[in-house]
Amino acid sequence: MRRILRRAHRPGTRTITTLVLVTAVTVLAGCSLVGEGDDEPATSPGGSSASPGQEAPREVVLVTHDSFALPKKLVKAFEADSGYELEVRASGDAGALTNKLVLTQDSPTGDVAYGVDNSFASRALDAGVFADSGVTLPDGAADYTLDDGTDRLVPIDTGAVCVNVDTRWFEEQGIPEPETLDDLVEPAYADLFVTPGAATSSPGMAFLLATIAEHGDDWPDYWADLMANGAKLTSGWSDAYYVDFTQGGGDGDRPIVLSYDSSPAFTLTEDGEATTTRALLDTCFRQVEYAGVLAGAANPDGARAVIEWLLSPEVQAALPESMYVFPVVSGVELPEDWARFAEQPTDAYTVDADEITANREQWLTEWTDITSR
Amino acid sequence: MRDMVSTSSTSGRRWSSLSRPLTLVGLALGPLAVLGVFFVLPVSAMLARGFVVDGSLDVGGVLDVLARPRVHRVLWFTLWSAAAGTVMSLALGLPAAYALYRLDLPLRRPLRALLLVPFALPTVVVGVAFRRLLADSGPLGFLGLDGSAIAIVLGLTFFNAAVVIRAVGTAWEGLDPRPAEAAAALGASPWQVLRTVTLPALKPALVSATSVVFLFCATSFGVVLTLGGLRYSSVETEIYLLTNNLLDLRAAAALSVLQILVVVVLLVVAQRLRATPDPTQERTPPRPRRARRGDVAALVATGLLLVLVLAPMTSLLLGSLRVGDGWGLAAYRALATTGASPGGAEVLAVPVTDALLTSLRTAVDATWMSLLVGLLVAVVVTRHSRGRVERRVRSGLDAVFMLPLGVSAVTVGFGFLIALDEPPLALRDSPLLVPIAQALVALPLVVRTIAPVLGGVDDRQRQAAASLGASPLRAVLTVDLPVVWKPLLAAAGFAFAVSLGEFGATSFLARDDHPTLPVVIYRLLGHPGELNYAMALAASVVLAATTAVVVLAVERLRVPSAGAF
Repeated sequence: MRRILRRAHRPGTRTITTLVLVTAVTVLAGCSLVGEGDDEPATSPGGSSASPGQEAPREVVLVTHDSFALPKKLVKAFEADSGYELEVRASGDAGALTNKLVLTQDSPTGDVAYGVDNSFASRALDAGVFADSGVTLPDGAADYTLDDGTDRLVPIDTGAVCVNVDTRWFEEQGIPEPETLDDLVEPAYADLFVTPGAATSSPGMAFLLATIAEHGDDWPDYWADLMANGAKLTSGWSDAYYVDFTQGGGDGDRPIVLSYDSSPAFTLTEDGEATTTRALLDTCFRQVEYAGVLAGAANPDGARAVIEWLLSPEVQAALPESMYVFPVVSGVELPEDWARFAEQPTDAYTVDADEITANREQWLTEWTDITSR
Repeated sequence: MRDMVSTSSTSGRRWSSLSRPLTLVGLALGPLAVLGVFFVLPVSAMLARGFVVDGSLDVGGVLDVLARPRVHRVLWFTLWSAAAGTVMSLALGLPAAYALYRLDLPLRRPLRALLLVPFALPTVVVGVAFRRLLADSGPLGFLGLDGSAIAIVLGLTFFNAAVVIRAVGTAWEGLDPRPAEAAAALGASPWQVLRTVTLPALKPALVSATSVVFLFCATSFGVVLTLGGLRYSSVETEIYLLTNNLLDLRAAAALSVLQILVVVVLLVVAQRLRATPDPTQERTPPRPRRARRGDVAALVATGLLLVLVLAPMTSLLLGSLRVGDGWGLAAYRALATTGASPGGAEVLAVPVTDALLTSLRTAVDATWMSLLVGLLVAVVVTRHSRGRVERRVRSGLDAVFMLPLGVSAVTVGFGFLIALDEPPLALRDSPLLVPIAQALVALPLVVRTIAPVLGGVDDRQRQAAASLGASPLRAVLTVDLPVVWKPLLAAAGFAFAVSLGEFGATSFLARDDHPTLPVVIYRLLGHPGELNYAMALAASVVLAATTAVVVLAVERLRVPSAGAF
């Protein structure tokens, strides 16, 4: 008996040793997040003990959506120039960001927010999420402010959601390309259009808003015609573009897709001299993204500095290639491919931000009824 | 010697009459605290926002929402699609569990790891891969499945068959083969043996796997949206729309309550079905045997499942190797950069390789957290109960830890923000929140993989060890550990894969300077450009390969002499 127990004891000890070793190795190899983040203040330039102004917080927290991306060297330059340490908290899309700000209004998750767009702006403004920014707008930016809330939401970037066509396909088929929203319900373009749905995709929502801007209260009829003409819905933009669009790199069979005004700059021919797609500039809906100082921010001065940095020529110039959007400040040079192939609409559709917030639910309910009939 | 044994046993019983409930409470306290802080608190906070309107409780408004015809349609779709997905996963998963755990097939370990890979693949990518096959213009377009309910069920099976294979397979592997052999020797047909001997013995694992798969199917989000082409909505997609898009917290709360109710009913039913198992776990798993003619059906089903899993993965792999009209590794080379649009831009804040590292580190944390908590829970719920009350408490605990699977990630995610904002629980900005959220998702899988096997350990073995003078710890090490070791590793593989692929909660919580790989893949897929697309696919292939390698490596860890007896 005793012998059996003693023998049985051995695997147990060895197992424990194995477990301890495995744990130790993984932790030592840094294969864990435990202990991360604690060392950050120690390495920050000009830590609190060194600075004479003990009161002023050195850290500024930027809350944004998960499309946020800027070159590291711009962030470093900001930190060096302003003396603040920038912490970015990016998650969710513009809708999630807005709701997050509204839900955490009483104890904001940061100092400054960037990425609330014109379709969600009034939800955030109505809830009182933003404080006066006190930022002076550079030339050009004033063209993109909201009618209401100019003092609180500062425009940073803009882009347009437009119907795109595969020019090569139309040339080969000998069919003239469509130009307007109304063209899409013509029999000549039956079964050729694919778009992400308004309920699940923000470009999809922008397209719905474009049709509402064009047709007013008659938009449900337009959508009924569009569906009857064989329009295809997908859940997200990537699905529509990469699976169904003829220029998405796959075997897609639809030459008309909902995308952005900048998309033609990404479908160049092999020599880079021409693009195989075109954005229909009469079908576009204007999207503007804003930044604002959060009410109750721990570091409002830092928040203001971040907004001014986002409006600086360097960051504005980096926007196209980092986030696929156009700068709002005038005189900023665009990347070469953008300057040649990404044409912005001059007269895009818009819908008042208040109107969007007031009607979003009803519009989406009605839209869902029409499209899932 | 005899006297000593009997004395210690009587005094032990007296001692244990008090200590048993205390130990139970003590062991359960930690896991319960974790669940309370990271699940109950956030979800209650979100429900409270929906129920309380202007400071007063508004139950009527919530009930109005539940009376909407649309809600009934959505609930009905959720139930039947989840049921269909579960049945399909069982139909293909059970034969595969048998073939890959009981038969001596070549490559069975790599195949087991391969079948777990879907767990780690983000639904956006799988959706695109599936649709490239099924779309009218794709190679399988003639089937006309694009945007159909069948495509949704296939997608659910793709993701969930692995749960059946692993949870049932590990129990099957350790099953004593002698009763089945005896039945066969007495003239029972293979089908009779399966129905009367094997399946009853596997019942705990089977019920466990079924309930987990059903919950996964019922709360699946991306599959329903992507593969259903917006024609279908489930309770989960509806809650997402209401919360994320419309901020209609009252309606979202109503649906969440509905969701929780369905889950509770399901868990109660599962609890009833999961009868106390016979102690059938063998300490030394029987050797897998060679395939016979009678195994053809199982092998065919396994083959079908492999085709279902491999088809989208092959489509991914081929897509990642496409460069213009030819083939090449350009996308893989680009992974070490920060993404490249034509002008050499920086699409991503960090190279994809960094994101992989972040994913791995997060997964290590999520794995040890879920194993630690899961093991405690499994021990608590499987110890032999004395009396009805104790049994009720234990099975109640068991069910409680399944709840996180049945509640929408959006609800929990927003709940984190509003519930965990003040000290001592100011955790919403902690980098550990991501692995914790992932561990909560993996926890039920861990418990459900370990508990059935642990429950199969004959309690008399522990008593024997104790009466021979073994300390409780030593009894656990000598009696339980050798049996539970393999399922524990299987559970670790599970947790790791879940963590690597988790996107819902992660995208909600991830911080920009440390995005995980699925977050990066999602971002790459969100922009036009051939190279971006190829990079997203290449990153998915890397994620898949990493998962397979890690799962294989984890399963290689073994108790050196588990077979000493």
